[in-house]
Amino acid sequence: MISTAATEHIIEITYLIATALFILSLKWLSSPATARRGVFAGEIGMLLAVVGTLLHHGIVEYKWIFIALVLGAIIGVPLGEVAMTAVPQRTALSHAFGALCVTLVGTAEFYLRAPDVPPFMMGVLSMEVILGSLTFTGSLMAAGKLQEVLPQRPITYKGQNFVNLGLLGVAVVIAGVLVAHPEKTQLFPLIVGIPLVFGVMMIIPIGGADMPTVISLLNSYAGLSAAAMGFVLDSKLLIIAGALDGASGFILSVNMSKAMNRSFSNVLFGAFGQEQVAAAGGKEARAVRSATPDEAAGILAAANKVVIVPGYGMAVAQAQHKVRELYDALTKRGIDVKFGIHPVAGRMPGHMNVLLAEADIPYDKLLEMDEINGDFPQTDVALIIGANDVTNPAARTDHSSPIFGMPILDVDKARTVMVIKRSMAAGFAGIENPLYYLDRTLMLFGDAKNFVGGIVRELGGGHE
Amino acid sequence: MKLDLLTSLYVFMLAAFIGFEVIRRVSPLLHTPLMSLTNALDAIAVVGAIILAGEFHSHGALLAKILGTIAIVAATSNIVGGFIITDRMLRMFKASGPKKP
Repeated sequence: MISTAATEHIIEITYLIATALFILSLKWLSSPATARRGVFAGEIGMLLAVVGTLLHHGIVEYKWIFIALVLGAIIGVPLGEVAMTAVPQRTALSHAFGALCVTLVGTAEFYLRAPDVPPFMMGVLSMEVILGSLTFTGSLMAAGKLQEVLPQRPITYKGQNFVNLGLLGVAVVIAGVLVAHPEKTQLFPLIVGIPLVFGVMMIIPIGGADMPTVISLLNSYAGLSAAAMGFVLDSKLLIIAGALDGASGFILSVNMSKAMNRSFSNVLFGAFGQEQVAAAGGKEARAVRSATPDEAAGILAAANKVVIVPGYGMAVAQAQHKVRELYDALTKRGIDVKFGIHPVAGRMPGHMNVLLAEADIPYDKLLEMDEINGDFPQTDVALIIGANDVTNPAARTDHSSPIFGMPILDVDKARTVMVIKRSMAAGFAGIENPLYYLDRTLMLFGDAKNFVGGIVRELGGGHE
Repeated sequence: MKLDLLTSLYVFMLAAFIGFEVIRRVSPLLHTPLMSLTNALDAIAVVGAIILAGEFHSHGALLAKILGTIAIVAATSNIVGGFIITDRMLRMFKASGPKKP
């Protein structure tokens, strides 16, 4: 039998190796070529850390630990097997689970230590449970909205921000009281309960289009709460993992808010989804030019360079596999086809890339907004499928537009613009898109999947 | 093994800087797998839950056991699900170039 001290050293070394592997894991994610190695490194690190922890001498009972590990794995497998379109809600759900774990551990730690909790410890413990519990309910709400079991429409009322910030403020004040008087254990349920309510209230005013930002923000909160737990438990490994997760969520939130032209403070205070009252009405009768699948196929066949701009509408219509057929048909004719991906296309950061990769479209054809925008003036056809606001030139020119200043894909600079759309109804933000009335624009009305299928048939010469 | 507070803060700060530098380099192409991977790594919180559920406590033992056990279930589902889905997504990313047979 190895001595206790020696075992503790072995455990610390497994944690040290796990930490290095976690950092390498994220480093290898920088390119698709090494990314799978990154997952493997993460798995090995995780395994080492968990096995190391199980060696811990202080553990006196293993039965429930093993039952819980097996149960968690049983729940985890189906959550790893969801459809790619459902990845955003799965991600939100996993933020909720992570936050649940952190909140429960924090709660138990408080009751085990009270009333003897030093001020700093009480401070980080409060941060752990406040962030944890608001992330828990907030993520559940976000998952519900993404899964469409809850209304996606933002629900707003007068004084909403005041109520929400007030709730959070009360929780912080109570936490302050506990820091000074940790023996007032009867106050502790409040710093769990109030943030649980706040988490729900925070997501109520948020609409579907803002989900990429919200998911990233919840990601960041989940990471920070885990880092706080690391402080409470004196675990460097957990502090580092939490800091990495928090940094990742923070970077993604900033990316998303930039891509939607929202200030970061606007995002932080949950004040998004507000300006939905855009000037809708107005002149409905403006003329648009429309085309049929065979006309569209003719124009595409004559092009040298085509850029396809997919939006979430493409995924809703399940059109990505038809889009792949279109890509094949055009490529076979020697036409250069690329995809222009806006950062907020899809329901979470990078979601559109995953959906297109699933349809077997090579990733080197998927270009970010900044990479593709310079190409549009030399592009013969820009084909927009299920995207709207991210192509709206009013964001560049119209100071009165609610989306003014939002970076967009400059599709209007292409020689011909084709837009597949069900009808002339406005997009998510309810904003009129002047792109549709340009002389160079052809509207292709219909379901994305059927319409693209129609174009593919025409390109294939009528057979198939 | 008592870690002093200032050391913890140093560790946090350095990890945050490393996080920013490493994650800034992740291609936007892979931002969804990035989120599912960091989520799985974050579930390392399971080590805290394991110790909570397994250690001897002179008081509050039942509470620690119940909350710790639920916390292990939640974190483990993130570890397993997070790694599976990240790998599934990354397997789909293929370069064009020479057509495979």
